[in-house]
Amino acid sequence: MSQSADILKKQSRSDLGASDTLRAFKDRFARYSITLGGLMVLMTLLMIFGYLLYVVEPVFRDASIHITHQQKIDQGDKVVATGSDELNEVGYYYNDNGQLNFYPLIETSPAKSVVDLPLVGEQTITSFSHTNSDIVFGLNDGSVLLSQPSFTMSFTKYGRRISPQVRYPLGQQSLQIDPAKKALTKLTFQRDEEQVTTVALTQDHRLVIATLTAQENFMTEEVEWVSEVNELTSIPTTVNKILITPDQRLLFVLSHTQLYIYDLASDNFDAPRQVVEVSEAGAKVTDISLLSGGSSILVGNSNGVISQWFETKTQRGRRLTKIREFSVEGSVEKIEAEPFRKTFAVLNSEGDIRLFHSTSEADLLAAPLVHKATQLKFSPRNNALIFTTPNSIDFYTLDNEHPEVTWSALWQEVWYEGYPEADYVWQSTSASDDFEPKLSLVPISFGTIKAALYAMLFAVPIAIAGAIYTAYFMPPKLRKIVKPTVETMEALPTVILGFLAGLWLAPIIEDYLPFVFMILFVVPLAVVLFAYAHHCLPKTWRNRLNEEYSTLMLIPIILLASAACYGLSPVIEAQFMGGDARMFISNELGIDFDQRNALIVGIAMGFAVIPTIFSITEDAIFSVPQHLSNGSLALGATRWQTLVGVVLLTASPGIFSAVMMGLGRAVGETMIVLMATGNTPIMDWNIFEGMRTLSANIAVEMPESEVGSTHYRVLFLAAFVLFIFTFFFNTVAELVRQRLRDKYGSL
Amino acid sequence: MLLGMKKVGTNKVGTNTDGAGSMKKWTKSGSPMIWLTSGAVSVSLIAVLGLLGLIAWRGLVYFWPSTIYQFDVVNPHGQVEVVIGEVYETDMIPAQRLRENGHIISDDVEEVASLLVKTGNRELVELDFRWLLTTTIKSQQVLPNLAVFERNKNGNFYGTMSSVTVDGRKVTGDMDTLIETLDDSLERVETLQDQADSLQNDKINGLNFQLERLRLKERRFEIDNELTPDRAVDLKVQRKTLNDEYLLHEAQLFKFRSAMTRDFVTVKDMRGKFVNINLSNLLSFNLPNQMNVLTKAGHWFVNIGNFVMDDPREANTEGGVFPAIFGTIFMVMLMAVIVTPFGVVAAIYLHEYAKKGIVTKFIRIAVINLAGVPSVVYGVFGLGFFVYILGGSIDDLFYPEASPSPVFGSPGVLWSALTLAILTLPVVIVSTEEGLSRIPISLRQGSLALGATKAETLWKVVVPMASPAIMTGLILAVARAAGEVAPLMLVGVVKMAPTLPVDGNFPFFHLDRKFMHLGFHIYDVGFQSPNVEAARPLVFASSFLLVTVIVGLNMTAIRIRNILREKYRSLEH
Repeated sequence: MSQSADILKKQSRSDLGASDTLRAFKDRFARYSITLGGLMVLMTLLMIFGYLLYVVEPVFRDASIHITHQQKIDQGDKVVATGSDELNEVGYYYNDNGQLNFYPLIETSPAKSVVDLPLVGEQTITSFSHTNSDIVFGLNDGSVLLSQPSFTMSFTKYGRRISPQVRYPLGQQSLQIDPAKKALTKLTFQRDEEQVTTVALTQDHRLVIATLTAQENFMTEEVEWVSEVNELTSIPTTVNKILITPDQRLLFVLSHTQLYIYDLASDNFDAPRQVVEVSEAGAKVTDISLLSGGSSILVGNSNGVISQWFETKTQRGRRLTKIREFSVEGSVEKIEAEPFRKTFAVLNSEGDIRLFHSTSEADLLAAPLVHKATQLKFSPRNNALIFTTPNSIDFYTLDNEHPEVTWSALWQEVWYEGYPEADYVWQSTSASDDFEPKLSLVPISFGTIKAALYAMLFAVPIAIAGAIYTAYFMPPKLRKIVKPTVETMEALPTVILGFLAGLWLAPIIEDYLPFVFMILFVVPLAVVLFAYAHHCLPKTWRNRLNEEYSTLMLIPIILLASAACYGLSPVIEAQFMGGDARMFISNELGIDFDQRNALIVGIAMGFAVIPTIFSITEDAIFSVPQHLSNGSLALGATRWQTLVGVVLLTASPGIFSAVMMGLGRAVGETMIVLMATGNTPIMDWNIFEGMRTLSANIAVEMPESEVGSTHYRVLFLAAFVLFIFTFFFNTVAELVRQRLRDKYGSL
Repeated sequence: MLLGMKKVGTNKVGTNTDGAGSMKKWTKSGSPMIWLTSGAVSVSLIAVLGLLGLIAWRGLVYFWPSTIYQFDVVNPHGQVEVVIGEVYETDMIPAQRLRENGHIISDDVEEVASLLVKTGNRELVELDFRWLLTTTIKSQQVLPNLAVFERNKNGNFYGTMSSVTVDGRKVTGDMDTLIETLDDSLERVETLQDQADSLQNDKINGLNFQLERLRLKERRFEIDNELTPDRAVDLKVQRKTLNDEYLLHEAQLFKFRSAMTRDFVTVKDMRGKFVNINLSNLLSFNLPNQMNVLTKAGHWFVNIGNFVMDDPREANTEGGVFPAIFGTIFMVMLMAVIVTPFGVVAAIYLHEYAKKGIVTKFIRIAVINLAGVPSVVYGVFGLGFFVYILGGSIDDLFYPEASPSPVFGSPGVLWSALTLAILTLPVVIVSTEEGLSRIPISLRQGSLALGATKAETLWKVVVPMASPAIMTGLILAVARAAGEVAPLMLVGVVKMAPTLPVDGNFPFFHLDRKFMHLGFHIYDVGFQSPNVEAARPLVFASSFLLVTVIVGLNMTAIRIRNILREKYRSLEH
């Protein structure tokens, strides 16, 4: 081709006219644009590959921080609490004199302002507690004051304006919680819509628990707070820190290296439910902190080890168990948990900030700070960190979008809060708010492989055997009809196969379970028996029923055999399975049974895969050169021996490539699995249970996931994994096939 | 089959010793294995034909007017109850199980038939489907006067017509008079309905569209800071005119609607109570028990026609599938327009221009992989890249006034077509390339020898000759695209689209709209609808429609390809 084009070029160069220039230009133009078009195919594939990676990549990024603002503190002020608004435009801090200072973080924010807390008379601040945006102060007269910095936004001609103020959700007057009016030295506080609980240590070493319960006055519909005060009598002699869980049920009291756990909701709240030694030998516990949700407690010690503990069910009831450890250089000075995710930050004695995610065990960040800090606080949207240093408040923006995903969290067992042990779990969403997404790709990858394998188990024998017969034994006239008919099946929309499998086949198989297993033995047996009967027929009859048309003769035989199995199924069920196969399997054999299970998927997807394997195998066998088998036959081998010894051997790379293609198709199939299983992400090879595959998972969850969220990116990762799976199978198949083609070319 | 394959391995060539007895000899010859492989082909054939037959049978039977039975049933309290309805399914239940559940069944019975009866009248009874054990049925009648009323709400109604009230005047009498009166009244309602529909579709929807356009225009001016007082007044005047016109049409529409509710028919249902069905809710009625085979066949065709041409009702579980058919065809055509040029150009490159080298090898691997990548991955790519990135940028550039509601930045028919175009690209490439390879090289050489450039040879000789192959590829691509559902679930298909992607409002083709799709319709109705039992026949009907289209397209493609092969075989000699 190109040779003749070259000749043409030489010719046309000799007599270039005006129109010939145009023609030559057109020719060149066509060449370039067509080449571009051809390369576009490659580019498309690369683009899909690249784009999937582009979306997935941020998930594996580490966190990063950089300082954006530094607020000098007035001389002599001691900062007790810090924070900022949701947009990181206004920061605030409280000092120990009861003053709230708002300061601008960006230029357009309002200038610095100071609000005095409504302390009356001799009241001074003796302790404080900071949860989310609530800041509670314990006062020297045994009362507490709850304040909340709040920010209102208004839109003016000059754009958005933010104005800070302070609110007192429980009133401007401090609430008396210690009847003895002693100063409160340690304080912990939690509240929700219905209840407020404060636990405080008094100066004379008593633990006071004050509970406020909201009661709606049904006349005025106003909410009134009813208070109840209790005292714990048996408390350790030293109390280092107290913490209460957000559900206001559990109280943790740290005394040296021992953690006392009190269950405030039980009748016997006074006695600690459990006392745990939480530190290793020779180390001092330096700080404890609750992870978001309050189910886990983090314990930091002077060896630089932070351990995570949560309650697990044991024979002795719920016990606090050490789950995992993290370590930092030097000793742990301060632990602070993110309000909504399971990320926590640690300050160590070296002046570094470390960021970890507890569940994924991700080590997100290790960075030195500009000034060594004593306290730190996450901003409301987790996108900034506010550090308190001796002379200033340092504001760092934090980039930590996807802490919950690491390679190991995706592919290894993870011990989630509330689970008895580490496990592979996929559970991306839930109705509750403080739910932690569990994104392990193992169960759904397992489901994919399970579905594909059961499908292959069903499809490979039928497809290959069928292809062997069609290519090698079938008369050409029949082959011309049979091949396109089987290939038609490839065009059948999988949504229809899935629908039939889920709504038609599944109930039938559930009712006639023995039928399926009988058919496996009865049909081949019937075929062989019929073949022998045919063999024994008198010659005239045998010629009339020519063996060449065995396929057609076998159709009624197979149908009859199946019908017999179908009819016998209830009898077998009544005789051997107590009348109900399903009950028999789940009760007697102890195997779980779902109506839409792997068996259904195997059959339905098997049908979808048969034409793929059939078609390629048939081509491979058919293209084995005739003289090879002729030679074998001439040496006295039977037709079957020739097939097994010569033809199949020669065609085996082609058959391998067909199976690979089929596997690729089974792995990626979506609609059949979606419709023919219950889509539960379980890990079990049981043929009577369902599975959730990567593809079905994408189809189900993608439309509901928020763009750019971790869930969205992990679904893209699932798609990427599928892409790689099938890319591998298809490329191997294609390379094998290309080699095969070259080999036959020489034969 | 597995056992058989294992045996193959041990059966080595050349161990053909003389066995004792013909059975052994026969086994040795490998004949049973050949029969078993033949059996595998039979199983495949049974599967294909059985599947197609099942879908065709279940899909077509749905439209056949079925007999309405009246059963006298003894209920668990010992009272006799009348049940009127169609028999949907018969199931055999082992007597043993029923005895365990407290049914009294004589000992010699092994199985009891149970009938699934569709009783309709959904708003009046708890379940519109119920299972009746044949042992509880005291008698079963086929009464000629039982009628089925198809309504636009609450499904079918079964009962006996007792009177028709026309314009406040109650008409009673024998069945023929009633039927005649009801037919006349129904015809009047249908005329009114047509008028109301055309008013709604042509006038009112158009006005709504123009009003929305005015709103966007105003917003656009605001964004660009070009909303001068003149323009504001002008817009206000335009809006006023449109609103006035709208109110006028709306009043007319309400008039039509209220005129439709004039007449009603009174029906005695299976509880023996009289129920009024307003004709505005009645779509059609018939008395299947009086029909003979011919009239039933006539109704069968009418029902099929309605199924193809009507809009769905009752959350897609009743009515027709017209929007789904339209959506499928429109999307597939759009896809064909996109995929053909790219596929053909790529194939021409691979076959005519590409030199044997590493790049060509990579391109071939890319083609194979594009064909093998799971369709849902294309959906993910389409959603992320086309919808959010491309669509989002288009919105930012051209439709800032529509913000925050997206125009192209949300799934739609254009993105679906583009996604499926990538998916079907390999189909077109492979088919076109095959066609190109069948064109004898001598033809090209002839053209080149006569002085044509390569481009001219391609354009004037090769491509026209390959056009049937391109056509084949296109048909196969269309067939593949018409059956894909998984990627569409992500990039634009919805269970219920309020408007078609094509209508009478400028620019007529609304490529940003979401659309309905036959394949998704099957998934949605079969698996997401609240009343699966009621919807199942409809799903079979939709499946049959889809399968017919797709198998038909494939057959055509295969046929074209075969003709083509024959044609070029003769050219080669």
